[in-house]
Amino acid sequence: MTSVLIFIEADETGAASQASLQAITAASEVSPSNVTAVTAGSVSGSESLPVDTVIGLPGVETSDDGIFDSLTSDISELIQSNSPDLVLFPKSDQGAVVSARVAFRLGAAFAADCIDISGSAGAISVTRPVYGGSALADFSIASTPAIVSLRAGAFEPSPSEGGTPATDQATSSGEGLRGASVLNAIAESREGVRLEDAPAVVSGGRGLGGPEPFAVLEDLANSLDGAVGASRAACDAGWIDHSHQVGLTGKSVSPDVYIAVGISGASQHMAGCSSSRAIVAINKDGDSNIFKEARFGVVGDWEKVLPAFIEQVKALKG
Amino acid sequence: MDRQLPLRIAVLAKQVPDPETPPSQFKIDESTNSVVPPSGVPPVVNGFDLNAVEAALLLKDAGIDVEISVLSVGTDFALDALKKTLAMGADRLVLVDETGLDKIDAAATVKVLTALIERDGPFDLVLGGRQASDWDQAHVVLGVAESLGIPLVTLVQKLEIEGESLKIQRVIPDGYQEVTCPIPAVLTVTNELGEARYPNLRGIMQASRKQPDTYSLADLELTESDLESKVKLERLYIPESNKQVELIDGEDEAEAGRNLALRLREEKLI
Repeated sequence: MTSVLIFIEADETGAASQASLQAITAASEVSPSNVTAVTAGSVSGSESLPVDTVIGLPGVETSDDGIFDSLTSDISELIQSNSPDLVLFPKSDQGAVVSARVAFRLGAAFAADCIDISGSAGAISVTRPVYGGSALADFSIASTPAIVSLRAGAFEPSPSEGGTPATDQATSSGEGLRGASVLNAIAESREGVRLEDAPAVVSGGRGLGGPEPFAVLEDLANSLDGAVGASRAACDAGWIDHSHQVGLTGKSVSPDVYIAVGISGASQHMAGCSSSRAIVAINKDGDSNIFKEARFGVVGDWEKVLPAFIEQVKALKG
Repeated sequence: MDRQLPLRIAVLAKQVPDPETPPSQFKIDESTNSVVPPSGVPPVVNGFDLNAVEAALLLKDAGIDVEISVLSVGTDFALDALKKTLAMGADRLVLVDETGLDKIDAAATVKVLTALIERDGPFDLVLGGRQASDWDQAHVVLGVAESLGIPLVTLVQKLEIEGESLKIQRVIPDGYQEVTCPIPAVLTVTNELGEARYPNLRGIMQASRKQPDTYSLADLELTESDLESKVKLERLYIPESNKQVELIDGEDEAEAGRNLALRLREEKLI
């Protein structure tokens, strides 16, 4: 039986994050049992996660922890003592760094940002998007442990409860600190709904031609209880803050409706929104790639289409 | 404290197919699991690696005595692409160019780069882009930090030097962290740092006269058996899109906009 270790992290409410629950689903596709969850710090409700064992790692929140230095050491030790066949990480800020560092520290096979996984111990197959999402690559991993991080949204989240796992507690060695210190975190101002949680996202790209039209997008987003996104081109041009960037190097969103205005639909942008329920494109170039990915579209000048669209949306919302 | 010697910076750079290649020209040869180079579109230096070169040049602009070496590992380099880093203002180009190095996995790439850094070093700073635009991997630089056993800070959007330590802004999902880090260190640089500068004519002229320093695998005391892949590529392919867009029309563009809203309501999407 393939043994799987899953890295579970808390979201801002303290419960297991959606990405962590997605990793539990991915684990169940490889192994029906023998799944161990490792929680970093306290994760509320971890005692009823649908897995076989939960191991608690004390959270390290000291400033001299660098960029997850002690977590990297602790997880590496846990893998050495538990010898799992497969280790799954959600590809969060923390998971992306820790998974890679652990893999290289242990000299283990590593595949990042995977969207599919199958097989069994010693013969794991994974699929990951490459070339900015223009292509897919299937890889096989014959050695153990195989260390794999998973793209957010690639799997349905598992239920967060219903299990009766055995519980265990690990200790942190407090070792592995390399000398970098996080002094503080500065939150960039954000109003309204979080981009990642918004049921509707209205995104603008190069076709908007400047920063002013983002006010129009914001008006639309507000009437849909949604959030404003942007392409990398719009962010790099300085029209809107980078925290709004959707795509491979920005945020991944999966709203009910993703409205792309003046966005050409480069693969690296689509990588951040392709799991939306419906993509709606407004673009004056009918040949642009966005129309290959969209479910609904209007070929036209956004300056003429959008005001009428917004007016009608507001009328419908009453 | 003033430094006696120039700060030696290694920037890890990679040659990639131009990510601006139109999707219609992006083709894969499934018999060799590789991308067919589009005709007339020369390869470029990975964009995030240029952000890393820019980070190093900003230190130079700030009056710090730095020597910037751009390190790359691959097969059949297009020197014109990599020389862009020299034209921007980097001092040296250091290459390992051998057959087969374009097919090795990330773990083997880390081995070659680590050996190169140790052989051509020591370096005070190792910089790399946050990820590559071909395989979209973001972990070679992280692996180098592990191999060297020195501090790592990822997603750097601002880098300054104060005495013997680095003052860094690191991007996190909803803002940034202020981080201090001793030297030597490994950093990955993100596009939030700002656009890489365009080379000027003088830079291009100077770069054209410079020749890269090269090392062979033998120079680095590596053999082919050191470079076996743990992760094997089985198949590379273009995903089939079965999406069919429904285009919404109207008497004019405004009516199309109104009809779009009505259609989305019909589908209960808004």
